[in-house]
Amino acid sequence: MAARISYDDVEVGTELPVQSFPVTRATLVRYAGASGDFNPIHWNEKFAKEVGLPDVIAHGMFTMAEAARVVTDWTGDPGALVEYGVRFTKPVVVPNDDEGAVIEVGGKVAAKDDEARTVRVDLLVRSAGQKVLGMSRAVVRLA
Amino acid sequence: MALDQSFVGRTYPATEPYEVGREKIREFADAIGDANPVYTDPEAAKALGHPDVIAPPTFVFAITFRAAGQVVQDPQLGLDYDRVVHGDQKFAYTRPVRAGDRLTVTSTIETIKSMAGNDVVTVRGEVHDETGEHVVTAHTMLVARATEEA
Repeated sequence: MAARISYDDVEVGTELPVQSFPVTRATLVRYAGASGDFNPIHWNEKFAKEVGLPDVIAHGMFTMAEAARVVTDWTGDPGALVEYGVRFTKPVVVPNDDEGAVIEVGGKVAAKDDEARTVRVDLLVRSAGQKVLGMSRAVVRLA
Repeated sequence: MALDQSFVGRTYPATEPYEVGREKIREFADAIGDANPVYTDPEAAKALGHPDVIAPPTFVFAITFRAAGQVVQDPQLGLDYDRVVHGDQKFAYTRPVRAGDRLTVTSTIETIKSMAGNDVVTVRGEVHDETGEHVVTAHTMLVARATEEA
């Protein structure tokens, strides 16, 4: 797979471009349909509050998908991804207003593997000033 | 009540093949707002060495999670599904999922733990294509939260 970034051009500490991803209720309805995850906590405010949530929350897998884009946009080829993992630590709360929520994602190269020509990118994923994913790491094979 | 440790290592039968379609990939890429042409344009995918459009990295979760339902709903295991939340998720890729794949998933219970009254189960879903080649393995940690009275 042909990543656009060359392994030799990347150092531990190299930062990936930060991106922001807006999320509204409409985003979640659309993601529910595309992913097949129709859990009402992602679209029904009454239900979400009944089970103790502050409001409707984004699908964890939606947040995981957005966070990956910082890596796949950087390498150009999503097929260069070797490993990707996250921990769902805090929900992304999505209010029913015109703005919704924003997921902010930054990434930094944390380790290099000379033999495999892969790098590990540690991602920082936040919404409303709080970290929403923990242990968010991607390993990518570079050119 | 803690779950039975003897379920660790239990493997469930492989699922029926899921056929990955170009339009389903397009729908998913649209839903996550990702305009990378490798998901929608076969020529762009070929330019990167892929035989057809590929799916975004987390696309396969819809398939592996459905397969994990065998575990979650196994009455013998007795996980309280109404209290289950997604704790963490990992993928290890041999290659990206692509249009035309016919994928089967074999689910195995990897670990069972009890933490602060919560039941924590990790399910490994191994995804293979129609030729039997490995595509991706998904590790899904599910947490069944303790009941209030416990």
